Amino acid sequence: MSRNLILGALLASLVLLAALVSFVWTPYDHAALDIPGKLKTPSAQNWFGTDHFGRDMFSMIMVGARTSIAVALVAVGIGMALGVPLGLTAAARKGSWLDEVIMRGNDLVFAFPSLVIAILITAVFGAGAINAIIAIGIFNIPVFARITRGAALSLWEREFILAARVSGKGAARISAEHILPNVANLLIVQGTIQFSLGILAEAGLSYVGLGAQPPTPSWGRMLADAQTMVSFAPHLALIPGLAIIVTVLGLNLLGDGLRDWLDPRIRVARA
Amino acid sequence: MSLLEVENLSLSIHGAPILKKINLSIDPGQIVAVTGESGSGKSMTALAVMQLLPNGAQTQGEIRLEGRDVLTTPEAEMCALRGAAIGMVFQEPMTALNPVKTIGDQVMETILIHKAMPATQALDRTKEVLRRVGLPPERFPLSRYPHELSGGQRQRVVIAMAIALRPTLLIADEPTTALDVTTQAQILDLLKGLVREYGMGLLMITHDLAVVADMADQIVVMRHGEVVEAGPTDDLLRNMQHPYTRMLFEASGHQVALPDTAGDRPLLEVTQVVRDYHLPRKGLFDKPGHHRAVDQVSFTLNRGERLGLVGESGCGKSTLTRAILGLEEVQAGEIRLDGAPVFTGHKPNPAVRRKMQVVFQDPYGSFNPRHKVARLITEPFHLLDTPPTGTERQDRIAEMLTAVGLSPNDAGKYIHEFSGGQRQRIAIARALIIRPELILFDEAVSALDVSVRAQILDLLAELCATYDLTYLFISHDLSVVRTITDRVMVMQAGKIVEQGETEQVFTHPQHSYTRTLIDAAPVLPDIGALAG
Amino acid sequence: MLRYALKRLISLMISLAVASVVIFAVIEVAPGDPASFMLGVNAQEDTLAALRAELGLDGSKLERYFNWVSGMLVGDFGTSYTYRTPVSQMIADRMWVSLPLALYALTLSTLIAFPAGIYAAARRGKPGDLTVMGATQLGIAVPNFWFAMMLVLIFAINLRWFNAGGFAGWDQGLWTGLHSLTLPAIALALPQAAILARVMRSSLLDILGEDFMRTARAKGLSRRQALWRHGVRNALIPVLTIIGLQFSFLLAGSIIIEQVFYLPGLGRLVFQAISARDLIVVESVVMLLVFAVITVNFLVDLAYAAVDPRLRSRT
Repeated sequence: MSRNLILGALLASLVLLAALVSFVWTPYDHAALDIPGKLKTPSAQNWFGTDHFGRDMFSMIMVGARTSIAVALVAVGIGMALGVPLGLTAAARKGSWLDEVIMRGNDLVFAFPSLVIAILITAVFGAGAINAIIAIGIFNIPVFARITRGAALSLWEREFILAARVSGKGAARISAEHILPNVANLLIVQGTIQFSLGILAEAGLSYVGLGAQPPTPSWGRMLADAQTMVSFAPHLALIPGLAIIVTVLGLNLLGDGLRDWLDPRIRVARA
Repeated sequence: MSLLEVENLSLSIHGAPILKKINLSIDPGQIVAVTGESGSGKSMTALAVMQLLPNGAQTQGEIRLEGRDVLTTPEAEMCALRGAAIGMVFQEPMTALNPVKTIGDQVMETILIHKAMPATQALDRTKEVLRRVGLPPERFPLSRYPHELSGGQRQRVVIAMAIALRPTLLIADEPTTALDVTTQAQILDLLKGLVREYGMGLLMITHDLAVVADMADQIVVMRHGEVVEAGPTDDLLRNMQHPYTRMLFEASGHQVALPDTAGDRPLLEVTQVVRDYHLPRKGLFDKPGHHRAVDQVSFTLNRGERLGLVGESGCGKSTLTRAILGLEEVQAGEIRLDGAPVFTGHKPNPAVRRKMQVVFQDPYGSFNPRHKVARLITEPFHLLDTPPTGTERQDRIAEMLTAVGLSPNDAGKYIHEFSGGQRQRIAIARALIIRPELILFDEAVSALDVSVRAQILDLLAELCATYDLTYLFISHDLSVVRTITDRVMVMQAGKIVEQGETEQVFTHPQHSYTRTLIDAAPVLPDIGALAG
Repeated sequence: MLRYALKRLISLMISLAVASVVIFAVIEVAPGDPASFMLGVNAQEDTLAALRAELGLDGSKLERYFNWVSGMLVGDFGTSYTYRTPVSQMIADRMWVSLPLALYALTLSTLIAFPAGIYAAARRGKPGDLTVMGATQLGIAVPNFWFAMMLVLIFAINLRWFNAGGFAGWDQGLWTGLHSLTLPAIALALPQAAILARVMRSSLLDILGEDFMRTARAKGLSRRQALWRHGVRNALIPVLTIIGLQFSFLLAGSIIIEQVFYLPGLGRLVFQAISARDLIVVESVVMLLVFAVITVNFLVDLAYAAVDPRLRSRT
């Protein structure tokens, strides 16, 4: 196991732990206002200081982790649940009209960055965490479809797939039995990366007000609130930013580490 | 003084020994062939001379090129030697050229990088060498890109790059292994001619003993990083000292005795089969073109018969194989197995499919790396209405593994625990497990080393006796087809141009293409006759 | 080549057509009656009718769709409900902030990423490579709008080298305009440069393992010469794909970054329009963004053909 993998797993599980613990315990009530105690810098009482309403930043960061992780995770789930079957189908029916439709559809979705999707949804249905999930999730579909199709196509050329076809197995069965297990590693790695991109996208959307709405705490909106105060209370901007960086860095290192760790095994299996 | 002298060369990569005290020498105008099976270290020897070894390589000993020790020459001076004093030709012409640069630029680069002559002269020299290797600029303009040339033509470009500055030493690493037999003959002739004309020394790396015997003045036989035997070609062939050398030559020309068979009932009937592939439209509103890969092919394979199908790459033999297996539908004609059509109503017929199986070429790509052997070889059970279960299944697996020379215990292993030859045995076990009426061997021994290939051929002969096999053996290798089949068909450009009794076709070929093929194939000298 | 370009052009048209249908469906069909959506639930029927007439919202959906599309083709994007001015005029003003910002950032990102990626690939596994890789790992993890806030804190509030926000406009001269876009462009470019550098590096490393690189070395090229003459151009092929994708991220990113710097670009326009329920403006801006992304991807396809002769000869 590489250093990347260990460090990444450590950082990512730290954030996950904070999110889980926040359900049962936070140092203070994350929503409790304390106007006299506002804008305190980090100290032994308030580890990350307090915001302009005197709310405890550490508690808000813990609860905010919930929002980030939930949005990004569900968005990855949507992307995988729809993208992987689409990719498998396109590869199994390579060159057919179905493949063409799926791939053109992918290209089309790529022309709508998740922010644009979020704008469209919000303009009509209003803002909220669900919108962020849908917007990021939709953008994840073609990512997974494309990577699955690419990997599956090269597998379909392999002789063990021909052998399975000679044994009378149909495309669906071959996709489930032979293709999917052999692209699983790739999907795990890509899933980790999309997870980290989802965290970033969620932060961006809630920063511009298209994500989770008050009173749900979110790192992006904490940054938006901090913006006007950055000159005299820089910790309000620094701390949520660092929280995002730690999470994304951890997930990326985890993804890289997983790739290195899973890949040689495939190579050994082939050699 | 020799042109190249390798003395006590040892090489290790990340501590793993690859070469052990290699000695060889080449004189100007001499062709020295280094031969051996995979893992013998023959290619590493060539790369050591070029000093293009992979990272982590450590060398000991001496490699002297015209008296100068290559191993102690600094990298900057090696750059000046490569391409100018030593040229090199590689195995894979399809990938050896930069796809985004023209062939003219790539050949001229050899000249310009060494600042050997001014640009105008370099252009003339480029045209001259391309003409010399058989690509006259009138027919093959310098502005061509590699993807516009065939494999043989690309190999000529690689040779042109290597000889543009008339090096004193040319190294060719399996230069014809990726080429068809007729192209191979032309490239070998070209190399021989160049050696004679320029007085170069040629260090030729090849696994093909027939090529070695045909080309080399000196032979060096290697195994596991050591030279087991070396000497002038005639002497060495006449008087082989080392048992490994003998084994290698025996295996290369390995003959098997097929049991007699009296097959006269037709099993596979192919009539007037046509298979077209669509080509991309030339213009937006043009009709899509098509390529006729299989053109009006008809033949019959009788029960108990062993039929061969030979031809060069692109002749349509793989397409025909896929059509017979029911993997692709044909456009015209009919394929019947045991009287029933392979395809009925655009769908492969399962009742027919369970009567045939296939063994593919690539022992490494033929198995799902995530499944165990038991699951791998029982995959064809899917074709049966009532697949065996429990102990019956176990017994079938054990029987098959034993039949192909493996142990029943191997059933619980993953495929990466097996060597290439063992994998091919497992592939045969998978094909046999449902006792098909017909087996297709699609280049099934082409990727194997000669000694392993001989063992697999023996196994096939054995299985013919025990299981009364009927098979279609598809191969580009004439010598293998000659020993393993009763009857043979020759395919060219989608058509079967000749078919008949194997010995008859090989000794008295009727069609001119068959004659070309047989003439082009390098022949292993009859060792018995030489020794006598 | 011409045939290839034509084919891509047709596919571009189809993408645009489908995209316009999707956008129209979400904005004008999904909320039911756009006029009552914009005016709210308490609007009087005659006010609604007046608004419909004014914005061209009476008529069937099909009719409205074709009016919208044919209007756009001649540069008429309809009328803003909140400002009662032609949307095309509003967009034209804002576009001269957002588009230059995205292009500025793309240029910066490419200028940083190419040398960094090539440098790292050439020194694979050595300290130089590890430093670049570590930096890009961090760069990928940084949200661009947070990075922008930090840039403001350091370079505008503390060092006073730049203004904390606002746009001077192009009338003051190119330099002044660029100066006020510099911090936003850096904030956008660095995280993207980190991604691009990693792609460049891994693409080059793939190419370095190709047979033709060994052929080049056998001709007498040094490692460096082989890398530059044969490696870089081949490595560009996958990198181009990423550049195409990045443009859409940069464009979307610029919408967010405009919020940090109070830039009067498309982003501010669209957020104002959302809060004012001005659907016509949202619809037009989104269509424009999608148009830009699709067009850039078309240009990337053409660039492919310029780099790779195998594509040119294919139909």
